[in-house]
Amino acid sequence: MTLQAFLLLGAALFSVGLYGALSQQSIVMIMMGLELMANAVIVAGAAFWYFASPDRPDGQVVVLVAVTLMAVDMAIGFAVVTAIFRRRDVDLTDSAADLKG
Amino acid sequence: MWTQVAFWVCAVAAVATGVAVFRVDSMARATFALLASFVFAAGTLLLLNLAYLGILVVLMMIMEMVVMVVFMIMYMMNPAGLMPMTMVHNQKGSLAIAGGVFAALAAGIFLVRWPTSGRPRPADPTRALGEALMGSKMLVMMVLGLCLFATMVATIVLAAHRGRYDRYGDRLDAKRPDDPVRGGLNR
Repeated sequence: MTLQAFLLLGAALFSVGLYGALSQQSIVMIMMGLELMANAVIVAGAAFWYFASPDRPDGQVVVLVAVTLMAVDMAIGFAVVTAIFRRRDVDLTDSAADLKG
Repeated sequence: MWTQVAFWVCAVAAVATGVAVFRVDSMARATFALLASFVFAAGTLLLLNLAYLGILVVLMMIMEMVVMVVFMIMYMMNPAGLMPMTMVHNQKGSLAIAGGVFAALAAGIFLVRWPTSGRPRPADPTRALGEALMGSKMLVMMVLGLCLFATMVATIVLAAHRGRYDRYGDRLDAKRPDDPVRGGLNR
């Protein structure tokens, strides 16, 4: 196991999540892409802690922040979906393009 | 040796199930593919001696994905995957951007000389994390707590259909609640 291998895994997860977040139309699927990107941060933060500075817990704290971010992202995302679905019966991003410049 | 094998199995499986999230037809299957991706990624954390954080990710993701399945079935038109379905826009552009980002990140990973530490690893990483959170990293923990509280409030405000401000006015001084249907408590 090397730091490069872990970072490569993180980069792959991040890119897959980025593809999902950019290409999907459904708001729920976009949130899945965002979760995958946060997952990449978890892997990379843990790897940096283990290989680069194991004597300081900073990497572990980053992992904790990323885990919290995933929970917050999911909760707020579903609340927004509920609000917009209730108001306008919309669950696709293409139907909610009011702010498109 | 076996850690090498375990790492690559986890890594390949995490990416493969991550790709499957956007390839399968059924929303429920996509959610469980995402759960599998998280579990495999948490497996690599366990290989790094991070027992607490690895188990935390696994438990949290199981709960989160089970909640997500419920929302999927509520909102999606094809929850069981009975017919093929693609709901994508600008797929080629997204693929190009994601591939470019991966190529740039991979180039950076192999070109940068990463620092290495000769310092010994702590015997109990969880203890080190706990002491940091209750000591030098207390601010992080406090900000996280505030964020979670703000999330709870914002989630309820966004998701509630009609709150007391809808019923009793902005200053909460209406004598009678403004309800679309008559009846109910105190009427």
